[in-house]
Amino acid sequence: MRYSFASLIANAFSGNRNWTPVWREPEPKSRYDVVIVGGGGHGLATAYYLAREHGIRNVAIVEKGWLGSGNIGRNTTLIRSNYLLPGNEPFYEWSLKLWEGLEQEFNFNAMVSQRGVLNLYHSDAQRDAFARRGNAMRMHGVDAELLDRDGVRSMLPYFDYDNARFPIMGALLQRRGGTVRHDAVAWGYGRGADEMGVDIIQHCEVTGIRVENGRARGVETTRGFIGCDRLALAAAGNSSVVAAMAGLRLPIESHVLQAFVSEGLKPFIDTVVTFGAGHFYISQSDKGGLVFGGDIDGYNSYAQRGNLATVEHVFEAGLAMIPGLSRIKALRSWGGVMDMSMDGSPIIDKTPIPNLYLNCGWCYGGFKATPASGWCFAHLIARDEPHPVAREMRLDRFARGYLIDENGRGAQANLH
Amino acid sequence: MASLIPCPHCGMRPKEEFTIRGAVPDDRPAWGTPIDDPQWFSAVYLRTNPRGRLREHWYHGAGCGRWLIVERDNLSHAVYDVADARTRALAGDRT
Repeated sequence: MRYSFASLIANAFSGNRNWTPVWREPEPKSRYDVVIVGGGGHGLATAYYLAREHGIRNVAIVEKGWLGSGNIGRNTTLIRSNYLLPGNEPFYEWSLKLWEGLEQEFNFNAMVSQRGVLNLYHSDAQRDAFARRGNAMRMHGVDAELLDRDGVRSMLPYFDYDNARFPIMGALLQRRGGTVRHDAVAWGYGRGADEMGVDIIQHCEVTGIRVENGRARGVETTRGFIGCDRLALAAAGNSSVVAAMAGLRLPIESHVLQAFVSEGLKPFIDTVVTFGAGHFYISQSDKGGLVFGGDIDGYNSYAQRGNLATVEHVFEAGLAMIPGLSRIKALRSWGGVMDMSMDGSPIIDKTPIPNLYLNCGWCYGGFKATPASGWCFAHLIARDEPHPVAREMRLDRFARGYLIDENGRGAQANLH
Repeated sequence: MASLIPCPHCGMRPKEEFTIRGAVPDDRPAWGTPIDDPQWFSAVYLRTNPRGRLREHWYHGAGCGRWLIVERDNLSHAVYDVADARTRALAGDRT
């Protein structure tokens, strides 16, 4: 069913009894052209673009939980393309361009809101670094503005500009950045893929990968064996576990990242702001809750929950930036498992097994990348060659010395 | 993550006193291995990253100042064993 104002009216007058399920719940077939492991944002987007851009519709997504039960439903919903390095920036800009047309394309309201993203700076050195980043963005044709203190103050008057330790001196602003209703992204891509014939198989855990004569033949699952011509892994925080089933060892560690939401407030922050002197980012959802987060907890974890020391640290960083937050009650906190790569950048590549493709290493920046990740991964699977904007996101870049180390921190996953 | 860690030197201590270096490498090259040996790439960049039982190097900065080997579960957060890394190494366990 195509959603439109007319369909809304028609269903309203028939008592909303005729809405149909948004996707089917098919039984797995014995064989598909492509099997994608992981029914999160990236897996769903990959299936959608495989079907739409490449005409490959005999595709299954195998998901151990329910559709969108991982990080696509757990993130802080930010989108932006303010990256420094040439290996990253064109990719994230392509993602932002896809976000801009996404809702019309997949006929689903994902509440894409380009409300701007501000990265605050607090020292001369940081201003110089942000000016450099902004210039790098503009050289790639991406919008960036360097605001001074008064420029930020006119947008966010209630911040602590004269903080003795971290005075706010200005910000790098990307006006095209913003927020998206994250669950709707999973639902929109899932619905679109399903309509084009993709089987979304939920509650079906992959327990093994069958490799014969150097090729992946299919996956063993809790609902039986599913054969395939090409196998694609998009298992996010569980990438190492799934890849190990095919004998691969990845440059990935799994870490927990927490996020928080406050009680609902009247309009308070109409943009997205990140604190430059620590790691803290905040926006306000359309429901009124402040959505915010900080660093990963810093230890390897597959548990989707964090610890209180990090909660305290995140709140302190927030208070240093916005003293008024002290009177706001946090409503919920939760954790997601991040696939932290060794240089902080993702991997979209082939593997030593010719028909096995890998999509992982999103660290805690995977949400904004969802459309381009799906787009580029589908391109790789369909044509067996990398998409131009993702060509540096190779698995072998660590061995070759071509790291995309946006923060310059090296092979210490908990520092990215 | 467990809140309390039984340090072999200091007793039960809050985990905030420790710094976590990361997993003990499964395959650290032997002393003297040339730097262009692929084993180094593997030891520096690749991780087994198991779900469950894991051995890590921890540094007890706010306590005894010793490097420790902590064996814990990264799903249930149970701590199985904490040992002094140097003592282990002298006993022949160089991982």
